Amino acid sequence: MTDGNLPKLTLHVPEPRYRPGDVVDYSSLAIPLAGAQPRPDETCAADVTHPLCLDMIRVLGDDDRAHGPWNPGLDTATLIRMLRLMALTRAFDGRMVRAQRQGKTSFYMKCSGEEATSIATAMALASDDMVFPSYRQQGIFITRGTPMTEMVNQIFSNRADTLKGRQLPIMYSARDQSIFSISGNLATQYPQAVGWAMASAIKGDSRIATAFLGEGSSAEGDFHSAMTFAAVYNAPVVFNLVNNQWAISSFSGFAGSERTTFAARAIGYGIAGLRIDGNDPLAVFAAVRWAADRARANAGPTLIEHFTYRAEGHSTSDDPGQYRSTAEGTEWPLGDPVNRLMRHLIALGVWDADKHAAMDAEVDTEVRAAVRAAEANGTLGQGLHHPFRTMFEDVYETLPWHLVEQSEQAIHERRVKWPEWSDDADVDAQGGEAT
Amino acid sequence: MSEARSMSMIEAINDALDIMMERDPDVVVMGEDVGYFGGVFRATAGLQKKYGKTRVFDTPISECGIIGVAVGMGAYGLRPVPEIQFADYIYPGLDQLVSEAARLRYRSAGQFIAPMTVRTPFGGGIFGGQTHSQSPEAMFTHVAGLKTVIPSTPHDAKGLLIAAIEDNDPVIFFEPKRLYNGPFSGHYDEPAVPWARHPDSLVPAGHYRVPLGQARIVREGEAVTVLAYGTMVHVAREVAERQGIDAEVIDLRTLVPLDINAIVKSVNKTGKCLIVHEATRTGGFGAELSALVQERCFHALEAPIERVTGFDTPYPHSLEWAYFPGPVRIGEAFDRLLSV
Repeated sequence: MTDGNLPKLTLHVPEPRYRPGDVVDYSSLAIPLAGAQPRPDETCAADVTHPLCLDMIRVLGDDDRAHGPWNPGLDTATLIRMLRLMALTRAFDGRMVRAQRQGKTSFYMKCSGEEATSIATAMALASDDMVFPSYRQQGIFITRGTPMTEMVNQIFSNRADTLKGRQLPIMYSARDQSIFSISGNLATQYPQAVGWAMASAIKGDSRIATAFLGEGSSAEGDFHSAMTFAAVYNAPVVFNLVNNQWAISSFSGFAGSERTTFAARAIGYGIAGLRIDGNDPLAVFAAVRWAADRARANAGPTLIEHFTYRAEGHSTSDDPGQYRSTAEGTEWPLGDPVNRLMRHLIALGVWDADKHAAMDAEVDTEVRAAVRAAEANGTLGQGLHHPFRTMFEDVYETLPWHLVEQSEQAIHERRVKWPEWSDDADVDAQGGEAT
Repeated sequence: MSEARSMSMIEAINDALDIMMERDPDVVVMGEDVGYFGGVFRATAGLQKKYGKTRVFDTPISECGIIGVAVGMGAYGLRPVPEIQFADYIYPGLDQLVSEAARLRYRSAGQFIAPMTVRTPFGGGIFGGQTHSQSPEAMFTHVAGLKTVIPSTPHDAKGLLIAAIEDNDPVIFFEPKRLYNGPFSGHYDEPAVPWARHPDSLVPAGHYRVPLGQARIVREGEAVTVLAYGTMVHVAREVAERQGIDAEVIDLRTLVPLDINAIVKSVNKTGKCLIVHEATRTGGFGAELSALVQERCFHALEAPIERVTGFDTPYPHSLEWAYFPGPVRIGEAFDRLLSV
């Protein structure tokens, strides 16, 4: 029975601060000074890290210098390599969006503004630590040396694609570089990373696992199952939660950011947690290295929130100008990771505008060469696909009778439509339209 | 009937939601990106502005949460219309659908019901790869307590969606995304055609229902019965017309409840039956249809029932059109049936 004197309940529906056309004011966003955060020992009790879940670890200051106990102290060559990998990834993204607009593929997703979260992470891990990425970690593939031409082959779904044209563009898989196959379904990789880490522990191995997801998909049950299992089994895993503020058109409030930080979820699960300036490559490197060392020392899992900004649309399928203020990105108070590292190198006296321009030209040439090489193997829109019979392979280890029948049917249909067609030189009119 | 105008399927779905929100304050729309943005396919465009944020709202990315809260809202007395952005993403919500929504009426002996309509785009033909192209309808038709609805025209999309929202049982409403902006002949290498020139794009203004459980005879014929739904209705009809086959094409419109009378009547007349769906073959809804036709029309059948389906592989990206059950596969099935 309702008491007439009780207040009416109201439903709270989160609303982002800024919509298209709005002026942006970031003055209420708490950005602590670089170097101000304590760095506990890697094997500390988990709760020692919990104040850091509500803070933000920063190394690169407004003076472009590295500060504080989290400064990883990287040498110049490593810093320049990091810068170059970020520039290369950005150039790659630019070319791939252009290729999508030209109809060479159906779809693409950039990681602009988030390069540090993947590249500095990859550099902080051992090269054989297992990575379970989501869909915006192209920087890890590039850092670990997946040949760029191979990545473009996958994006173009052409006959040289090692995934045989089966997967949506950017859903790579690179077992040779210890990177797991990317799924289009969200957060599924999180418990899988825990399972891999548990297996490594079962076998007494020294390798750890790391996983990525966005803040939006941290709402999925898989995220919470992963946290629980990792906590229960003290799994050697590093959870990267990339908070880029937007999940397509939904701001981070729809994943819970109005209440507390994402890193703070570590508190509830009783595991270590760190919240870092995700546009500060040195902070990313230091935090991931800390968490990796912790996992390797049997001290357990860590959840790292990379606080960053998705500078572009979710994918080539959406226009962010329809749902958020463009000023958000241009005025993002944590800056751009490439610029910040560049300015740091300049401040160190080892870099200048000419060197930077030369590097940009060089990475662009490298990307163009990779795209040209891949184009020779075909594009989605223009034939040269993977041999046709491969469509039926790998569904099972061996083809059961019904797939044998169906593959014969498919090849028969092909010959009806194109009498000249031969599967070994699959030049056909397959492409048609792309989305 | 009030004035009709030509709409795309997306516009017709939007119109149905608008009308139901206007008529019934218990109807709420929710899902990923459906609020301010209006949905990644624009199906909910303008609704939040019109009905406010507490009736049209974005949700966290959690299909389990979306379906689960819809069960709770239904228990309160609301009529939620959740959107799952792609049918391929519905699986985390499966427990809430299969174990909860579908059985709530039964297990509570009618004390509680789950009157939700889960809208979700399905099917291929847009180069979406294996995670944006699936046709999982058979997983839902297999579940007692769920209704499964699949429109193939703007007219039906509106009328069926209204009927689904007004229905007191949980309904899975699969929207063939290839048909959102135009019908599809199956000839992907021909220019896309908008709905505007198609007679079934004429959508009456205001409220109307296309009852659940009533198939539509798309094209009358004497030689062979075609059972299809969604995108394949258009593809199968086009093949019949281009090959000059006197086929009776039946758009099932709802798989559960199924219009068994329409099927039996037609097959008894033609003596031949072709079943077409885009979903994988093994355990597909075509198997159920084939069994029903065999059970009920055995003595009228003059040829083995034919099934044309997608292959039993995940939906491939680059070889999408080789996977798709297109004109060659359908045309040869017609030829086999008619040569008997």
